Amino acid sequence: MPRTMRHILVALVPVAAMALLPLVYSNQLLLFNFVVFMILAQGINVIYGFTGYLPFGYFGFFGAGAYGFAISIMHLRMTPLPALGMAAIAAVVLALVLVPLFRLSGAYFAIANLAAGLAVYQVVSNPSLDNITKGPYGISLPAVFDPNFSYGIALVLLAATMMTVIYLRNSKFGLSLQAIRDDAVSAAMAGVNVVRLRVMAWLLSAVIAGLVGGVFAWYISVFYPQTVFSLDFSIFAIVFALFGGMTTILGPIIGVVILYGIYNLIGISTPQYFELVYGLLIMGLVLFQPNGVVALFKRWGIDVP
Amino acid sequence: MLGYTILAGLLFGLYFSLVGLGLNLVFGVVRIVNLAHGDFLMLGAFSAYWLFSLFAVSPFISVVLVFVGFSIIAWPLYYLLVPRLMATKDPEMLSLILFFGFSQVIEALATIAFGTSDRSIPGRALHMGPCRLFGQNYPASWIVGAVVSAAAVLFIYLYLYHTTKGYLSRAVMAHREEAVASGINVNRVCAIAFSIGVGLAAAAGVFAPFIFGSINPAMGVNITITSLTVIVVGSLGNPLGTVLGGLTYGISLMFMQTYFSSWANLLAYVMLILILLIRPSGLLGRSVRYA
Repeated sequence: MPRTMRHILVALVPVAAMALLPLVYSNQLLLFNFVVFMILAQGINVIYGFTGYLPFGYFGFFGAGAYGFAISIMHLRMTPLPALGMAAIAAVVLALVLVPLFRLSGAYFAIANLAAGLAVYQVVSNPSLDNITKGPYGISLPAVFDPNFSYGIALVLLAATMMTVIYLRNSKFGLSLQAIRDDAVSAAMAGVNVVRLRVMAWLLSAVIAGLVGGVFAWYISVFYPQTVFSLDFSIFAIVFALFGGMTTILGPIIGVVILYGIYNLIGISTPQYFELVYGLLIMGLVLFQPNGVVALFKRWGIDVP
Repeated sequence: MLGYTILAGLLFGLYFSLVGLGLNLVFGVVRIVNLAHGDFLMLGAFSAYWLFSLFAVSPFISVVLVFVGFSIIAWPLYYLLVPRLMATKDPEMLSLILFFGFSQVIEALATIAFGTSDRSIPGRALHMGPCRLFGQNYPASWIVGAVVSAAAVLFIYLYLYHTTKGYLSRAVMAHREEAVASGINVNRVCAIAFSIGVGLAAAAGVFAPFIFGSINPAMGVNITITSLTVIVVGSLGNPLGTVLGGLTYGISLMFMQTYFSSWANLLAYVMLILILLIRPSGLLGRSVRYA
């Protein structure tokens, strides 16, 4: 069986599992959050795993998507599906504005990106913009509330994101990105258009975050700026993806299942103890297993794509 | 009004130089981003709070105790975390994640130990009334923060430029590999820089209850972001540039609060992005970007 075919079959497992679980488990919101983090972790995988740029401000795209969706519904009277398109456009516009950040390397990029995310949050939540974004008072979209339909769209998005990562794993585009990540100068010498490919990966991951932000806004339909512009979305997604294994197809999904699972077991009732466990896990991960759980499986002889 | 704004900005900015100084020293020498910086400041603030409320220790004494205490704690911490981090593929990036994890651990332990409520030290602990400068009144805490900060900057200057260890630190800052090749014990130099950096963060924390009004275990993240702004504006990796960054930040903040108050929160981030885009090396820095 060709490699791509096998990858696609493997990737369908988590999608099918998330599609079937609501039939046997009644807390759909929890399952939805799992799907959201799976998509976000894969979005991080696209940009951090394949290009080596750590997007600390990834939540900016998520929030931009959520607000793009909400504003399209409230002011442009759109139906949810076209509004999701607007969510993607909002994220792409933000990503294009931030393209100059790619002139920065290493920690500088991560810090600038974090600042950008927080700046967008400050603008959106500013009381002076009350009549456009409703400022800090939050958004409510009761007219489009439809949990089953939006859950389905989230699954479609998860499948599409998995396919994107499979494409990156098996195409010249993905290989060029990894070459740039490992040594940008050598890649440029070998004829790779460094700037263009980097920007394409950046836009791709922004679209993913924008769309999932839009679906999130649709599903929960009542939210505040700090709900969607939360640094937690960046950090959680980065840690989940890293924990599972960057540049792999199933790694980020495994990371979400394990870590977000732990979060839901102990995080809701005793947040400070979860924070402690979570912090220790992150530290242990960076110090002892920087290539993630998937690398551990590989050492035991189990091949996880 | 204008004079007050500028002078207040200078005083505030000097304090923020102290807040960012340790972080910049650590980044410059060790080449890691200590995202737990703000949490060390928070721990310093709580130490000062407990020293005052249990033993009535004046903040002027506790600043020295806290600096020494936290420097000593940071020493084994460095050897526990950093050498292993340096062995990974991309230490600079992973340091962000590692120290984010560490900041979560500190915040969680502090929340478990102290609870989530706000605490403050009464202003009379400083034994000073408001100070009068050029016909305007300024809170004593601002003056004290600025003076302590100036002393700390002087201390770092003397350390870097007038001691052997400081000389070695600058060698490591300028070129790590060559420093290793010429036989400098880079780990030791880095450990010293890390200890001083953490000590300075905690020392800045001693005055945080006065400057910010109150302290709580969750304050660390915002302090870290403010410190990042200050040191990026000043220039990342140049400890003395922090002062320029702090002053720029302080004065801009005061102007924004006076004239455009609803947008003042935005300032730190916009400044950070603009500086990074226009002069990635900061106001004073040499070029540091590659590829």
